[in-house]
Amino acid sequence: MIEIDGITKLYDGLPAVDDVTMTVDTGTITVIVGTSGSGKTTLLRMINRLEEPTSGSVRINGESTQAVSPHILRRRIGYAIQGHGLFPHYTVARNIGAVPALLKWPAQQIAERVDQLLTLFSMDPAQFRDRYPAELSGGQQQRVGVARALASRPDLLLMDEPFGALDPVIRARAQDDLRRIQRRLGSTIMLVTHDMEEAIRLGDRVAVMDAGRLVQYGAPAEIIARPVTDFVADMVGRVERPLRLLSLATLSELVEDGAAEGEALPVDASLRDALSACLWTGRDAVPVEQDGAVIGRVTFDAIRARARVHP
Amino acid sequence: MPGVLFAILGLAALTTPFMTLAANRIVAGDGVAAWRLASPGATVPGLLCIVTGLLLGLWGARPRLRLAGAATGLAGLVWLLMAGAEALLTDAGTYARVSPDVGFWCLLTILALLMADAISALSPGPLARAALLVVVLATLALVFWSGVLSDLSVMKEFAVRQQAFVRATLQHLGLAFGSLAAAAVIGFPVGILCHRNGRLRDGVLPVLSFLQTIPSLAMFGLMIPILGWVGHTVPGAQAIGIAGIGFAPAFIALVLYALLPVVANTVAGLGAAPPAALEAARGMGMTPVQRLRRVELPLGLPVILTGLRIVLVQNIGLAVIAGLIGGGGYGTFVFQGLNQTATDLILLGALPTVLLALVAAIVMDILVDLTRKTPEPAP
Amino acid sequence: MKAGQILRGGMVLLLVALVLRPEWFYAVLAPFAPTGGPVIYERASLLSLSLSHLGLVAGASGLATVVAVTLAILVTRPLGAPFRPLSRTITNMGQTFPPVAVLALAVPILGFGAGPTLVALFLYGLLPIFENAMTGLSTLPPATMDAARGIGLNRWQLLLRVELPLALPVILTGIRLSIVIALGTATIGSTVAARTLGEVIIAGLLTNNTAFVIQGGLIVGLFAVIIYDALVRLEAYCARRTGQ
Repeated sequence: MIEIDGITKLYDGLPAVDDVTMTVDTGTITVIVGTSGSGKTTLLRMINRLEEPTSGSVRINGESTQAVSPHILRRRIGYAIQGHGLFPHYTVARNIGAVPALLKWPAQQIAERVDQLLTLFSMDPAQFRDRYPAELSGGQQQRVGVARALASRPDLLLMDEPFGALDPVIRARAQDDLRRIQRRLGSTIMLVTHDMEEAIRLGDRVAVMDAGRLVQYGAPAEIIARPVTDFVADMVGRVERPLRLLSLATLSELVEDGAAEGEALPVDASLRDALSACLWTGRDAVPVEQDGAVIGRVTFDAIRARARVHP
Repeated sequence: MPGVLFAILGLAALTTPFMTLAANRIVAGDGVAAWRLASPGATVPGLLCIVTGLLLGLWGARPRLRLAGAATGLAGLVWLLMAGAEALLTDAGTYARVSPDVGFWCLLTILALLMADAISALSPGPLARAALLVVVLATLALVFWSGVLSDLSVMKEFAVRQQAFVRATLQHLGLAFGSLAAAAVIGFPVGILCHRNGRLRDGVLPVLSFLQTIPSLAMFGLMIPILGWVGHTVPGAQAIGIAGIGFAPAFIALVLYALLPVVANTVAGLGAAPPAALEAARGMGMTPVQRLRRVELPLGLPVILTGLRIVLVQNIGLAVIAGLIGGGGYGTFVFQGLNQTATDLILLGALPTVLLALVAAIVMDILVDLTRKTPEPAP
Repeated sequence: MKAGQILRGGMVLLLVALVLRPEWFYAVLAPFAPTGGPVIYERASLLSLSLSHLGLVAGASGLATVVAVTLAILVTRPLGAPFRPLSRTITNMGQTFPPVAVLALAVPILGFGAGPTLVALFLYGLLPIFENAMTGLSTLPPATMDAARGIGLNRWQLLLRVELPLALPVILTGIRLSIVIALGTATIGSTVAARTLGEVIIAGLLTNNTAFVIQGGLIVGLFAVIIYDALVRLEAYCARRTGQ
């Protein structure tokens, strides 16, 4: 559990982060979203003490971050940034093994960990281990950057706009990968972004920041349904609210017995996908399949009714 | 295209005097054209080699052929020198001297350029270049030690000054490499401090570049009163050789000249690491010393070594000036030669200096390439 | 900035006084002269030596600029492309030749006097200017070049109105390097009997007269530093005007 308690950062007397208090549960993804200059990156950098807070405190699993010197603290916290920050003169394996090497793991153990992580990120170790960052594609560089941040099994992974430099198609895939790997490893992640779409897609909890203050902190559905200020409502986008809400729910919620025409959708697809399929093909219902077998249908009317239910 | 230019210039150079014959080492001699050096039987093989070499240089698309041509032409030059010296000295008197003349030097330049051009077209890797350098130096050494050129005037000057030459070589190397080492010992820490502290950098770099601007003779001269004063006032300074003239002022002047390239390139090299990589290094918990050793130094090494290359080549040249203030080195021969108007003595000092500078530049370039091991981004 | 202006002004005044009124410095220099020996260099007027020194440098550097820039323009045209690798080799190798050695090697061919100095200064001055002009002319922003071609400039107009003005700051850097080297090498030119300020220093070295050495060294050093500084500021001015 990460407890942030009344943390403030002043630059020349002006607050960049203003008295932020929040708690992050172990094994969840928390996304901090805001416009540029909202203080979201400063908040993140105060957790691994790349910035020292002017006042307030941070505790990780009950222990204050001020209890150890900054570089020891940072070795326990993974850190991934926009534009990956890989060392150009290190091979992929040495890049991923950088933190374990700082922690003086035995070479054999580092090598095993590197191969394990490359496999986890769908990169063949034999093929990629000895390459240099310049020989990788943008998506591959970004995956190696995240793998490096995870290498020492950190208590917490901080990510600052990790997908900011990727094109939309690769970005969607990277987000899915991160979600899958986080579920598998049970990691605790705090991620900063300016993209509400990304926040809703990835976050178990979303924190919206504006002018240094934490204005709303809650589950994505709650942020969409009940924005507490106009600023949050603008970030979510008033017009897109129902669609964003539907994108959070899966077909499993509304599946009912009965038959429908046309192509089936998997049960873990979102209601937004089903709505889109209905509109595009002019159907009133779509079949739902699980493990290749049709288990029922979802109707257009049910989706419409669901969109009006705000949690 | 350059091959055509080389061939035209080379053939023109062949018509100018190839060697001179003088009655003694001071007076001006008479130029002799290449084909009149000796009997046709002796000159024709050399001339053929040179012409063949220049013609092979015409194949722009075949660098290997051009390289072979340049080597053939150079062999021809040595052959002509050898045959010419022997023939000209017969019946010419005891004090007579033969030296290479304009034609020889022009052809040497043209063929050396032809060779360098062919090699750069082959773009060999660092190790291949090192091997080539060894072959060239071994060939040069063989030509000298075999004694085939010992009839030449400059070699006669060498023969009577062998001990002095060895001493000058050691002094010259001591000045150039010693000042490089001292500048590195001072410059690296200063460079690292300047890298970390922008205000220090803005203060130090302009001062060093002003120092570099001061003409070498003035700098060497101004060291004399300063070091003379130190030698007189600081107890024990004279005992370790600090005095107004000699090795010490030359050495210190060279160190001052060397500081700018060392410090400036250290700052530039350390600043070459990508900001995102440095941010990541900090974020993953590297201490400042670890960041320097694992990220900034390895990434900046090629640029830092380039600074040392500049220093080494520059100081090998500037060390010649030491000859004017009793600091020793090849400059002693150059300035003695200029005083006595003895051309060969000038050459005895200037040629090894040029050779030393060229070899130092090539070796340092190879080292820089070897440290640049990270691959270029894939196309 | 203010301190810089004062320092600059002080150096110029000191230099002018040293050249025109050397006798003012008698008291300062006297302790360095050998007992009974001359304190102030009087074998030739310092002004005429300065003018001859600067004249040599200006002549050689001016000629070198014209030739080097012309060559760089030729080599960066499509027709000159085959000569590009060769010219790169020549500049790389040539700059490893020590200027003093070039000067010394010119003597056997040209004899003593101003001639070999002028030729050595010219030859050596070509390299940095040529190298910088090549760099300047071959690294122009591609978007600007496309735009210039797009509005219909012909090759000649392109060169005169776009390429040369944009490359000017880089070319000026080359000229500055060349002039600084030339000032230093010209000083040594006095060992081959060229009339330059080096004469004062050499005379001091030969007669163990440190007062001469200081006098000559200060004048040459101040000339170099002041000219260097002026050229740096000229470059900064040109770079500002082309928005770089």
